[in-house]
Amino acid sequence: MEIELDYSSIEKRLGVTRRTFLKFCTGVAASLGLSSQSAIAMANAIADPKKRPPVIWLHGQECTGPTESLLRSEQPSMEHLILDLISLDYHQTLDAGAGHSVEHIKKQSMLENKGKYLLVIEGAIPIKDKGIYCKIAGETMLDLTLEAAEHAAAIVAFGSCASWGGVQSASPNPTGATGAPQVLKDKTVVTIPGCPPNPANFIGTVLYFVTYGKLPPIDAEGRPKWAYGRLVHENCYRRPHFDAGRFATEFGDDGHKKGYCLYKLGCKGPETYNNCPSLEYNNVGGNVWPIGVGHPCFGCSEKGVGFEKAMFNELSDVKTHTPPNMFPAIEVRESSSGISTGAAALTGVAIGAAVGATAMGARKLDQQEKDQS
Amino acid sequence: MSAHQALGGRIFTKPFLVLLLIFVVGLVFMVERFSSGMGAVSNLNGGFAWGIWVVFDVVVGTAFACGGYALAFMVYVFNKGQYHPLVRPAVLASLLGYALGGFGAFFDMGRFWQFYEIFIPGNWNFNSVMLEVGLCVAVYIIILALEFAPAVLEKFGMHGLLKSLNKVLFFLIALGVLLPTMHQSSLGSLLIAMGHKVHPLWQVDHMQPVLALISALIMGFSIVIFEASTSAVGFSRKSEASLLAKMRQVIIGLLSTFLIVRLLVLLVQGKLGLIFAADFASLMILLETALFAIPLVILLSPERSSRGSQLLIAAMCMLMAGSLYRFDAFLLTFNPGPGYSYFPSAAEIMITLGVVAFEIMAYLILVKTLPVLHREERAL
Amino acid sequence: MKRRDFLKATLGGTAATLCATSVEARPNLEPAPQAVGMLFDSTLCVGCKACVSKCKEVNDMPPVIDGDKTTWDSARDLSDQTLNVIKVYRDGNATTKDSEVDGYCFEKRSCMHCVDPGCVSVCPCTAMRQDKVTGIVTHHPDVCIGCRNCMVGCPYNVPQFEYNKLFGQIRKCELCNQPGVERINKGQMTGCAEACPTGSTLFGPREALLEEARRRMQLKPGELYRYPMGDITRPYNYHEKIVPTYKQHIWGEKEAGGTSVMHISSVSFDKLGMPPLEERSAASIAESVQHSVYSFMALPALALAGLTYTVRKNTRDHDEGDDQ
Repeated sequence: MEIELDYSSIEKRLGVTRRTFLKFCTGVAASLGLSSQSAIAMANAIADPKKRPPVIWLHGQECTGPTESLLRSEQPSMEHLILDLISLDYHQTLDAGAGHSVEHIKKQSMLENKGKYLLVIEGAIPIKDKGIYCKIAGETMLDLTLEAAEHAAAIVAFGSCASWGGVQSASPNPTGATGAPQVLKDKTVVTIPGCPPNPANFIGTVLYFVTYGKLPPIDAEGRPKWAYGRLVHENCYRRPHFDAGRFATEFGDDGHKKGYCLYKLGCKGPETYNNCPSLEYNNVGGNVWPIGVGHPCFGCSEKGVGFEKAMFNELSDVKTHTPPNMFPAIEVRESSSGISTGAAALTGVAIGAAVGATAMGARKLDQQEKDQS
Repeated sequence: MSAHQALGGRIFTKPFLVLLLIFVVGLVFMVERFSSGMGAVSNLNGGFAWGIWVVFDVVVGTAFACGGYALAFMVYVFNKGQYHPLVRPAVLASLLGYALGGFGAFFDMGRFWQFYEIFIPGNWNFNSVMLEVGLCVAVYIIILALEFAPAVLEKFGMHGLLKSLNKVLFFLIALGVLLPTMHQSSLGSLLIAMGHKVHPLWQVDHMQPVLALISALIMGFSIVIFEASTSAVGFSRKSEASLLAKMRQVIIGLLSTFLIVRLLVLLVQGKLGLIFAADFASLMILLETALFAIPLVILLSPERSSRGSQLLIAAMCMLMAGSLYRFDAFLLTFNPGPGYSYFPSAAEIMITLGVVAFEIMAYLILVKTLPVLHREERAL
Repeated sequence: MKRRDFLKATLGGTAATLCATSVEARPNLEPAPQAVGMLFDSTLCVGCKACVSKCKEVNDMPPVIDGDKTTWDSARDLSDQTLNVIKVYRDGNATTKDSEVDGYCFEKRSCMHCVDPGCVSVCPCTAMRQDKVTGIVTHHPDVCIGCRNCMVGCPYNVPQFEYNKLFGQIRKCELCNQPGVERINKGQMTGCAEACPTGSTLFGPREALLEEARRRMQLKPGELYRYPMGDITRPYNYHEKIVPTYKQHIWGEKEAGGTSVMHISSVSFDKLGMPPLEERSAASIAESVQHSVYSFMALPALALAGLTYTVRKNTRDHDEGDDQ
């Protein structure tokens, strides 16, 4: 595909150089596991202002962590890119306006872009007592979500709270906090869990949507496979220590100082699916991500692990094993010998010779006896 | 004048040269075993720690060498003097069989340079069947050598020594009957401690020594018949069928006892059904039982058992039956657990064949040079 | 003495001896009061193989490279270079841990330190011994002749011979108490129990471990339990975990007289490669037979006397006949 677009307009619009822009597209395509062709398709999609999808962004029960982390993402002028790449029609944190006017714009946009807009949900949705524990503009989050989801082209649940309820849903869960996929049972909801989630996982997913008009392949939990396909444990740089049985047993002990495996400190990497070991966090660099700075992974992006299991005292269930190669099966032995052709032939010859000799001997004996009589 | 004579004649006959060739090939692998270790030549593994070196050379081999034992029993205990002519060749075959069984055990001994540790009383573990087997076999080899010594002494005219040996010979013979009784039964007892690894059809617990002993005696008598027949054929000597035929009552007794005990044990242990399980083990036990039963059919007919050829076939069947019984229990149906398998390597087989070839060569040389075989004109 | 009389006497003597001793058939051995051992809880094992590498470190053993497929230690089973190994049970799509159907679980292989060890019973040279106090089964190559009866006599195929060395020896787990290591004597626990991050391999006195195993059998599936880690008498930590559905079977409580290394699991043991063992040890049967025939060598001595008498009488007859 040829790049026919005039990049000068993009440079002006996004405030980045052409080179930086293409580098970004290629980087995103690569992290999505797509080819360089896709990077160009992506660049074309972004450069085309007509393709910018309108976005409705709802906040429920949460700390605004996902938005905050997205704002701090370090790609060149990321917020510019994102804000210009999509047409952010409604976002409770970022909207300059407030009150009835904003709510009005939202309703209008949803009506105008029926079936075309992208719905992003951030935060949990309380469903207890008809959802009265979270209201925006007099309406419950539950109703707002159902309303916005009705005609959305795609729905993305951003952050752990939106993905399954997050910290609010931890026991005893007084408000009945629930994730978007559970509320919108008949809709496909892409989840980008994490507390806070890695903005790169969100941007990549959205760019995929912008480029191809559909959502990337997802797993049973609604997570894009390109970002959540592997356990933290699988790519963890401390994995060799785990395999060699070298563990830190206390914060600050000798093993901890030496960078040993944090499993015994309750690291949930072995049961948490995320790409933290490869992406680290927010492009700070220098191995900055929880395990990198010596803290066990607490499983923020894994339902049933983060906010559920004790952070340090409870050990994780290791889920890495794809048993065939890693472990010998019960019936596999170190050495066992099959039958070789030579050995089989020798055995045959030996037994055959014994039987043959007996037959010959018997004949001769008969002969002798006949001669004697 | 001795009742025995050396056969004389050429030593390097054609069969001898074939045997020599087999021995030389075996020797190459023997050298390799003692330069590179057992793993280099054998297929032994963690589950099958005992391969054909133990099972053929020792367990089957010494049963093959029970001719001397069986005859000593007949001649000296049951006072059947007419079998005397067969004793000396049988003792020679036994001596060679046992000596080479011991030799074979040496190949199999993982720490051969420490073999003497088993002879140090301080090390003895009196619970061990292996200890009994090891010591018994070692002593029996010496006894057999002494029992055979008269042939050598006669040859070299050492009559003084011969006379004094003859004075204690009765005690040696008594020991020569006791020792095989002990270790041949113990070779069966070795299986008890292997527990579940031995197939239920062969794991007869308390009856192991009984079955092992009876089958060893059967094989002992068979080998006497076999030797006499082959020397009749090979050296064109007069057939001793008439003499051999007289053993049939004893062999019939042994065969039927074996079969009855075997079936009764399986009946009592409730394992009879396994015989018809239509698997490898059931095939093996049927084959084994058939090989025990065929000679019984032959020997029960006086007409058949007067013929040398039928006797030879019966003997061969019994030898195969006894061997198969041992092979089945120790190797063929032996199951140390899922995943383990064993079939001897070509090198392993060649070493065993080399040992056997050596044994036959030594026998041929010795009967030709020493007064072993009975004088023809005195033969019955 | 006539032949018949001799036979009668011999048979009578045999029968008498057999009757006298079969009453005293040797029962299974009892565990030493202070026996130490380990409890392996398969449901806690996460397959990290830390125990495997620790074992290699303690015993200074080389890695086992699986052909040209791997460059790291990937032992497939116990061998002369591996005294402890973690194997996997798999069924169907192998997705659910500790499930017999469509599941997987891990199983440890190492010396079980039998209460009534077959290897000790069969060894002719006392190269296999059982410590009277700790119950640990030890090997002493200085007196071993390499007959490898211990290998065939072990129900679990634990002792392994160094076939690939000309001057090889038997190798087996000695519960980290072998000369030069002596962790137990020093009051430490075994290497594998120390390395285990989940308490799956738990060290301690056999009695205490058995009690713990019985306690776990009583737990309700789904409730929380604090699993001790390391040494049961002084755990260095606890592992809080939801109780799985255990099979009501403590392997090593009774099997062939019991073992000091016991296993519990939520998958039945025949699927985990455990041998089909009765409660009576094969060693005790073998020894009963052996001792009823050879107790104080009375029977062989009696037989020898009888034989000597008969043979002497008969050889005299023959000599007279021969010397005519």
